[in-house]
Amino acid sequence: MPERVMFTMGDIACAEGALSAGCKYFGGYPITPATEIAEWMSIRMPEVGGAYVQYEDEIASITSVIGASWTGAKSMTATSGPGVSLMLEAIGLAVMTETPLVLVNIMRGGPSTGQPTKGQQGDVMQPKWGSHGDYQIIALTPASVQEMFDQTVQAFNLSEKYRTPVFVLADETVGHMRERLVIPAKKDLKLEYRKLASGPPEDYLPFKPGDDLVPPMALLGSKYQFYATGLTHDERGYPSDKEHVQIELITRLNNKIIHNADKIIDVEEFMLDDAKIGVIAYGTPSRSAKKAIKDARDEGIKVGMLRFKTVWPFPEEQVARLASQVDHIIVAEQNLGQMYYMVKAEAAPTPVHLMAKPAGMPQLPNEILDKVREINSL
Amino acid sequence: MEKAAVSIKDMLKKDQILSAGHRMCAGCAAPTIVKLMGMALRGPTIVCENTGCLEVATTIYPYTAWEIPWIHVAFENAAAVASGVVEAMDVMREKGRSEDEHVDVIAIGGDGSSFDIGFGAISGMLERGHDIVYMVYDNGAYQNTGIQRSGATLPGQETTTSWAGKVEPGKRQRKKPLAEIVAAHKIPYVATVDPYHYRDFIKKFRKALEVEGPAFIHAFSPCPRGWRSQTGKSIELSKLAVETGIHPLFEVIDGEEWIMSSPSKNLKELKPLDEYWATQGQFRHLKDPKWDDFKKQIRDQVSHDWELLRKRCGLE
Repeated sequence: MPERVMFTMGDIACAEGALSAGCKYFGGYPITPATEIAEWMSIRMPEVGGAYVQYEDEIASITSVIGASWTGAKSMTATSGPGVSLMLEAIGLAVMTETPLVLVNIMRGGPSTGQPTKGQQGDVMQPKWGSHGDYQIIALTPASVQEMFDQTVQAFNLSEKYRTPVFVLADETVGHMRERLVIPAKKDLKLEYRKLASGPPEDYLPFKPGDDLVPPMALLGSKYQFYATGLTHDERGYPSDKEHVQIELITRLNNKIIHNADKIIDVEEFMLDDAKIGVIAYGTPSRSAKKAIKDARDEGIKVGMLRFKTVWPFPEEQVARLASQVDHIIVAEQNLGQMYYMVKAEAAPTPVHLMAKPAGMPQLPNEILDKVREINSL
Repeated sequence: MEKAAVSIKDMLKKDQILSAGHRMCAGCAAPTIVKLMGMALRGPTIVCENTGCLEVATTIYPYTAWEIPWIHVAFENAAAVASGVVEAMDVMREKGRSEDEHVDVIAIGGDGSSFDIGFGAISGMLERGHDIVYMVYDNGAYQNTGIQRSGATLPGQETTTSWAGKVEPGKRQRKKPLAEIVAAHKIPYVATVDPYHYRDFIKKFRKALEVEGPAFIHAFSPCPRGWRSQTGKSIELSKLAVETGIHPLFEVIDGEEWIMSSPSKNLKELKPLDEYWATQGQFRHLKDPKWDDFKKQIRDQVSHDWELLRKRCGLE
């Protein structure tokens, strides 16, 4: 496929990103404001020889994705907060069975039904802490239509590389905004595919990791006999109630993300060189922040932004570095303060100011500018 | 106990449970269905409703169109919430803390929340035997999120996730026979209704309230927005759905005794499905002769189901 240009919405860019990444299976269920992804996939999947299947609920959609992924197909689902709430058990299952999959959450107002047609960033803690047990997760936060595409490709790459579920966390504004999208030619995309089992089948240990802590995967229907389970299992995949097996397994599952965090984490530094005030934002508020920062610079205020393109693993080092440089940090997020607490813990003793807005309309540039002025006058 | 209002005269006198000014689309049959349900009520009633068009559009902040106690739950669990309500009301009554001798509890869901995501909750409610009337208003797709296919979508129906085009004729799978599945739980009462046959509707709903234990009402509910039908034709479409065998009217008592209702029983033969398809944009593609074989399959299926139903109702 040569390069293509579209003028389209974030949800569709996400679907196109998945297709460009080689996604061949989409298990879906309607939910505002993510339905367009499913609708687009229902048209496009048959065109690329993949499968779009609509399920009876979100629990079925995500578990079908787990099943599909084990056959070797790059697989995904897309939903919104209430759907993710139903999927949480399966996310733990995907973590435990080391199943590569991509889960898109187009975030709307919550809790519960909330404000289905309004954007919010109330679900940024959910991927990390929603399922039970100790686990690490990867979650990306695009802020434009182009990034909906790029980061969905990236989500597939990370999920394949680390054999783990990866979230794309986009607020509704990003999901529904329309912008120019450039879909690169296939040859220009760097795509990852899971490391597959090799060697004699009799020697194969399905959960014996390589140096990167990721075990090579055998696919359903291949010559390798294996057993995948949500129970704590040893390298053979067999369930175990032994203390050391539990400790070894969950430590490795966590470490395969933690030890590679520097390769996974992606941030954008904007006008930070000489900044004395650092704004931290992600998704739509980061776009308001850019405008606010330019305006503040015109007034001579030394302000810049650290934009999270990854919220999980949390960009600890980047925040610590920012905290050592600036006098104040402002966290602008479309919720009552979620990343704020992570930033606060990491930035101490640098003061961190929360600019919370748990509503559909993100912080406006002039609102962020006012906050920057206020902090600058302290 | 209040009487059901079956005649027009009585209907005009009975308090409406849904006020004017709700925001349902023009021509939507769901508010009519709720109003007919209201005609059957016998006293204090609580409604638990799943997420769906009816829930959203009757309660847009800061208003509600509901004149009786009403609770919105999540997408899939009106049957479970209603079970909790029934249990708690029983306890309150036993303790002498309820002024009402009896409170009827009704759970309502659209087809998405009843045929698909909330199916398990309904089955659980039926098995537990909770004294609840569950009513599904079936408009054949997830209309609230923008017309996606559901387990109630008919074969040949085009939705935004079951497209019609060069290679596909819309949804290929058959519609889930929900009323039959519910009846298989051997519950006291199951009935199918539609808003055209309003007397039949009200009488059946009243029976559903009166039986001890769970009852299930499957209401056919045309949706001009999703079906691309004329807004003034929804009630006629309901009639046509009965006449073509898309939505036959029947009752099932205790899961065993099948009774064909008069509007269906009096049909000499079913009207051709093409008449039904011709009324809706969502079936427009079926005019293409390349779908002739597919249409024949649907016709055969509908007439097979019809014959089977007649047999069950002892009408051979």
